[in-house]
Amino acid sequence: MDILGKRYYFFILSLLFILSGLILLAINGVPLSIDFTGGSMLEVRFENGKTPDTADIISIYEDAGIDDAQVTSTETGSLILRSSFLTNEVRDAVLTAMQDNSGSTISVIRFDSVGPSIGKQVTQRAAFAIAVASILVVLFIVWSFRSVENAFRYGVCAILAMLHDIAIIFSITGIGAYFFGWQIDSLFLTALLTVIGFSMQDTIVVFDRIRENSNLLRRLEFEKLVNHSIVQTLQRSINTQLMTVEFLLLALVLFGGVTLQEFAVILLVGLLSGTYSSIFVAAPILVVWENREWRTWFGRKANAS
Amino acid sequence: MIRNLAERIILIVVILALALWIDFSTNVTILSPLTDETLFTRDLTPRLGLDLRGGMQVLLEADLPADETPTAASMEIARDIVQQRTDALGVNENVITVAGDRRIVGEFPGLEDTESVLATIQQTGLLEFVDTGDFNPQEGSLLVTDYSPTGKAVESQADGVTVFHTIMTGAELESVSVSQNTLGSGYEINFALEPNGSKIFAEHTSANSGKFLTILLDKRVISAPVINEPITGGQGSISGSFTYESANAFAIQLRYGSLPIALKIVETRIIGPTLGADSLNKSLVAGLIGMIIVVLFMIIYYRLPGIVAVLSILIYAAVVFAIFKWFHFTLTLPGIAGFMLSTGTALDSNILIFERMKEELRSGRSLIQAMDLGWTRAWSSIRDSNLAAIITSLILFWFGSSFGATIVKGFSLTLALGVIISLFTAVYVTRTLLAITLKTFKPQNFERWFGI
Repeated sequence: MDILGKRYYFFILSLLFILSGLILLAINGVPLSIDFTGGSMLEVRFENGKTPDTADIISIYEDAGIDDAQVTSTETGSLILRSSFLTNEVRDAVLTAMQDNSGSTISVIRFDSVGPSIGKQVTQRAAFAIAVASILVVLFIVWSFRSVENAFRYGVCAILAMLHDIAIIFSITGIGAYFFGWQIDSLFLTALLTVIGFSMQDTIVVFDRIRENSNLLRRLEFEKLVNHSIVQTLQRSINTQLMTVEFLLLALVLFGGVTLQEFAVILLVGLLSGTYSSIFVAAPILVVWENREWRTWFGRKANAS
Repeated sequence: MIRNLAERIILIVVILALALWIDFSTNVTILSPLTDETLFTRDLTPRLGLDLRGGMQVLLEADLPADETPTAASMEIARDIVQQRTDALGVNENVITVAGDRRIVGEFPGLEDTESVLATIQQTGLLEFVDTGDFNPQEGSLLVTDYSPTGKAVESQADGVTVFHTIMTGAELESVSVSQNTLGSGYEINFALEPNGSKIFAEHTSANSGKFLTILLDKRVISAPVINEPITGGQGSISGSFTYESANAFAIQLRYGSLPIALKIVETRIIGPTLGADSLNKSLVAGLIGMIIVVLFMIIYYRLPGIVAVLSILIYAAVVFAIFKWFHFTLTLPGIAGFMLSTGTALDSNILIFERMKEELRSGRSLIQAMDLGWTRAWSSIRDSNLAAIITSLILFWFGSSFGATIVKGFSLTLALGVIISLFTAVYVTRTLLAITLKTFKPQNFERWFGI
């Protein structure tokens, strides 16, 4: 089975998927949740189904001094009210006013309120965490592959695979934000860091096989060697990814309730991408590097060597 | 070739038995057979996170300018006080921890009445007995005194604002209690003073008969009785327009001291109870369905080793859950997802070994050789890839712990724990079980038994 021969097709496939989502993100803006921007989110349900009008709710908020309230309704019949930071006193005043206005009792399903300074610090920490995680894992790869020649390349290819997966995740979030109103919150960050970890895990399994084969099959041309390694690990990759992890996650997505849905879908797509990137991104780039193929990309003839 | 098969089996059985015992009991009590005394007891009910039980989480930050950092000691004292105050309100199972160098996280699982808790936490509770001379201040008004909790001198005020002298603070209080008013309706607070405080009180009341002794809480006037006679017994009472609730709340604040630093609420999360229970049920169902599919796949595809892998995973799950219960880790929704992911990792280790074994068998090696080689060659992949997962979990844990984001912390902990334990089960348990199976069954027909 010749996987590497078609590598440019796979590069294009990835690019298409990534670009479509990222364009959506660029158009609609990055949907940061209050964990990063600060603010409040109040999810309420009115008994008897008698909800006040959106205009009434907004004017209640304005009376309390909050000008940027937004009201959305969910499929389960509750209302989500987003605004800037509410102190607990203001929230109670707003709740009472809404209760009086609608004439039915109100129950709070969820309330999240994040002060503005916290939001900024969380963003900084998140970026830092991602950067540190990436660097540490790459260093780890370079160290554990030190016995192979050009160990540095393995590290770089692993980074590229990881960046690919991160781009896929942002792309899917862009699509999800456009169609389902997803937001980037702490759970998203958790999913992102998990995917980084597992993508690395997968890449290491493939590279490990390449390393082993490069010791055993020294006469083989590099491209054939890598292709052989990939084919050998293919069965394991499919079994682990598709059959086990993905089914677990699929069950979570379908049956796991609404709070975890965005998280589970991101993990689902991200982990799948992690396996995909190990086979179709990291390994091919190794080959491209070895053959220095960029010399032939723009129609230049390869140097006779 | 595994030499000490019997010992390994015994070790695995013992661990499994221990794990199952912990999994299925709600507490552990060991009585001494001789004296019938309780030697050892531990509560084993699983701790559910806020997102599964509902409740409130509050993030408090020290209300100081950004370049002033509170000392670790004062943060610890503040934490203790918040803990004691919320305990006294009858809120059980609350967890108050210091996060970072200027924040405190308070978690109140299952809390319905959030109002009283929030109010109680924030009050600094600084009680002052102030000499106001002939001035009878209005109840509820703010006064400026010369006492400052950080010890910094109080600046002189603009014209017209009097700085009153604080005779004594609440630190001198020895005990506080609430009783009904002897005259009229309402409640009053009775207090007893420490010896030093009694002396100061006695001196002041003797010298200032007929003057007002104003009592301030957080600089606000609570009560301003007139000193009628010297009080030398070190006891007194504060009366004002107290209802039973407000008298009680006031007494709690006094009893548990004043906060060394003011705290402001920077983040609040409230989750209603129904959302929590619903999420828990749904995710358990989802987990079960997922597991059934996976188990079916393993058995159908890998056949005999597949059954071994399933057994190994069950042991793995029992051990992880037991560790969770024993060390009181909090179970959150993402934690359940993390557990499922780490189960996938555990399976992955098994799959790596099996695929390797199949390769070796195909190239003609004997069963025992294939087993040994399969394990040895797969080990480097297993070890390195799991290490990468652990590294990311550690970083996630660090990220979550400085913000009290228990959700992130819970996930990273479950993941890291799961990966570490899975290393154990893959290396030790699967290999042992495989060895036993092969010894017992001695399968000759590889295709049928191994699904090659």
